[in-house]
Amino acid sequence: MDLTLKIWRQASAEEKGKFVNYQVQNISHDASFLEMLDILNESLVTKGDDPVAFDHDCREGICGACSLYINGRPHGPDRGITTCQMHMRNFQDGETIVIEPWRARPFPVIKDLMVDRSAFDAIIQAGGYVSVRTGGVPDANAIPIKKRDADLAMDAAACIGCGACVAACKNASAMLFVSAKVSQFALLPQGRVEAQERVQKMVAKMDELGFGNCTNTYACEAECPKEISVANIARMNREFLAARIAAPKE
Amino acid sequence: MGKLEAKIPQGPLSEKWTNYKAHQNLVNPANKRRLDIIVVGTGLAGAAAAASFGELGFNVKAFGIHDSPRRAHSIAAQGGINAAKNYPNDGDSVFRLFYDTIKGGDYRAREANVYRLAEVSNDIIDQCVAQGVPFAREYGGLLDNRSFGGAQVSRTFYARGQTGQQLLLGAYSALSKEIGKGSVKMYTRRDLLDVVIVDGRARGVIMRNLITGAIERHAAHAVVLATGGYGNVFFLSTNAMASNGSAIWKAYKKGAFFGNPSFTQIHPTCIPVHGDYQSKLTLMSESLRNDGRIWVPKFAEDAEKIRKGQMKPTELNEDRRDYYLERRYPAFGNLVPRDVASRAAKERCDAGFGVGTTGLAVYLDFADAIQRLGKHVIEARYGNLFQMYEKIVDENPYETPMMIYPAVHYTMGGLWVDYELQTTIPGLFAAGEANFSDHGANRLGASALMQGLSDGYFVLPYTIQNYLADQIRVPAFKTDLPEFEKAEKEVNDTIARLLSINGKNTVDSYHRKLGLIMWDYVGMARNKEGLMKAIGMIQELRDDFWNNVKVPGRNEQVNPELEKALRVADFIELGELMARDALSREESCGGHFREEYQTPEGEALRDDVNYTYVAAWEHKGEKAEPALHKEPLVFEFIEVKQRNYK
Repeated sequence: MDLTLKIWRQASAEEKGKFVNYQVQNISHDASFLEMLDILNESLVTKGDDPVAFDHDCREGICGACSLYINGRPHGPDRGITTCQMHMRNFQDGETIVIEPWRARPFPVIKDLMVDRSAFDAIIQAGGYVSVRTGGVPDANAIPIKKRDADLAMDAAACIGCGACVAACKNASAMLFVSAKVSQFALLPQGRVEAQERVQKMVAKMDELGFGNCTNTYACEAECPKEISVANIARMNREFLAARIAAPKE
Repeated sequence: MGKLEAKIPQGPLSEKWTNYKAHQNLVNPANKRRLDIIVVGTGLAGAAAAASFGELGFNVKAFGIHDSPRRAHSIAAQGGINAAKNYPNDGDSVFRLFYDTIKGGDYRAREANVYRLAEVSNDIIDQCVAQGVPFAREYGGLLDNRSFGGAQVSRTFYARGQTGQQLLLGAYSALSKEIGKGSVKMYTRRDLLDVVIVDGRARGVIMRNLITGAIERHAAHAVVLATGGYGNVFFLSTNAMASNGSAIWKAYKKGAFFGNPSFTQIHPTCIPVHGDYQSKLTLMSESLRNDGRIWVPKFAEDAEKIRKGQMKPTELNEDRRDYYLERRYPAFGNLVPRDVASRAAKERCDAGFGVGTTGLAVYLDFADAIQRLGKHVIEARYGNLFQMYEKIVDENPYETPMMIYPAVHYTMGGLWVDYELQTTIPGLFAAGEANFSDHGANRLGASALMQGLSDGYFVLPYTIQNYLADQIRVPAFKTDLPEFEKAEKEVNDTIARLLSINGKNTVDSYHRKLGLIMWDYVGMARNKEGLMKAIGMIQELRDDFWNNVKVPGRNEQVNPELEKALRVADFIELGELMARDALSREESCGGHFREEYQTPEGEALRDDVNYTYVAAWEHKGEKAEPALHKEPLVFEFIEVKQRNYK
């Protein structure tokens, strides 16, 4: 298939970006979207042009590195998958495809389609862990966990930290990302111990970094490549409220 | 430099690690604060090590190539992690896990290391559960297990088909905790370009900032490389795009010996190659072999019809199918180890029974399991894998058998390390896939996660103290030493040279060519003639690369082509060493199959008299032949046998 690509090019965070059109020919339906971009880049390099920069790594939909906004949707038209898992059979011959980076203030563009998502790491560093040290922990089977709770925790833990939820949200809210981590630990007895401190610290950091509020449009869930449920946001809100009520006044 | 002293502690096998810990040197808390450790790579091994060092009180600098440590390729491991818990009460024990691992590695690993691995395997599961890793559970609330290749017990713990992800996120959360506390300083988007040696000891690294291109110097009292494997030498592999061998290659060129470079794992269950634009291969977890049955048509004419699209696999009756693993290996059936399963698939395809348009594929069929257990059970166990398969191949594996073919997956080889995971350069340690240590000539499924976390959480935090204990009087290093100056200049010269060639061919075109040479001659089946040819071809490719590669742009920018060029330059040299190692080992063992050495039934034929050793290669200078050193493997506690899965 032959395609027109309308790609956002931006040399660095400081410089202004713009759309540039490219043509690619003879793309196989079985090629992945990123392989199609590889072919474009190979031709740009051969011509001595600057290749399009984009983040990618595992190309199996699990590392969360790839992050393209394709035809107005994070990770493109197909549901429940990342950009790297999307194949060209989702597009028509002759189509124009618009490719942009994530657009959210806490995710500044680094170059072209690459953005800086270190804000997510900062939120985890603020409290997205269980404070145990290496060694000296009880036997793995010492505390039975209801299968249902373990399964719900796993549903939440499946988040790959790609940032599609933020990119999809008109408020650039990180609520789905943060609530997935809060829920995973809140559902497990190991994480329950410091659940109250955790939710408050993570929410405070999220606000500090400039992520917006949640206005319940559920765009995040609709675009999440791992189909993380907004029920996690409800759980986080409950955890947060309970923690605020329970917290001693300073 | 560097004598091959494995430093295996005295005493009975089961007491060696306990004795080591009881008698090793430790560093007191006040001194820990004065000691700096650099950890390069933040996957399972690196993140676990960095977090644990931070908890102990050392000053840690951790470096990763990604924008976040959560993206390391450990995340892609699917099936599970082994441990000798014996929760299912099916006869497992530390000794059995040790024995299976040694046997699975075809008796080419060190007994003491592997025993320690089995010993700490249970601690790993405890640790991960305490961190909030959501392992699969049974209705009673206790942990569930499944079986993997090369074992007759169910000892594999898992988190759906995303075990690597969950374990990495556990290690990442531990690391994040330490970063938040300030004990670990994290540097993301950095590539290691050299290891700095001062007075014979590893004292620092030269890094390239992948965003700005800045070349940075970092000094420390000890350096840990946990930078993963080098399967991407083959261009097409299940490794992530950025996975590379440059860090360990730089260490090799600075004097660290390279152990068993040719030992490569070709994983039997990957989605077959489909076009020449393909960028990587996708693994379908080995756990699928718990319920899937592998077959090809029994008659060549059926296989041909299927290849031409004139017949569907579901149209073939049972008596026209050849479940070749069940036929050849009745005791282990579809759960034979990876090397055996891969070779058997290649044998059937080479004989003309392969399916798919290329004939390089076999079936992995779930029809029986779906009938026996119901579709919902199969979906619960493997749903994400089935979805991944469908997205890539555009076929529904619930209705038609999956097509699979072997692909490069893991490198058992890596930097040679002693019992303390120290390389032949004092102060330079290697952990996880980056070292050669525990898997011999073939790694069993669900053992990579175990080894990465074992090295990171439970081995290095002890052994590195034994090294650092006599470094407490050494003040923090400055990076203005002449050794740093020189290393940085060499790095800058290499980059300038690459950018100035301005030839006609892209970096990827060289990488593809290298991959084809490696796959054809240093892949699943090797022979003397082919290996000698490969060495010549790789040397030609190397000259061609340095004269005709085109690397656009500047250093002082985001420049993925430059990153790739630096890595491919190292891959080319590493590929040559792999071929040399494969050539020098005139036997077949595990994943190393020399066609000249096989039994009449086509099984690998070891030569224990002449080759029961670890091949440790020493760099002797550019374009000079490397020197081979041998660490003899002594088996005191088990009997070395012909590996038998029949």
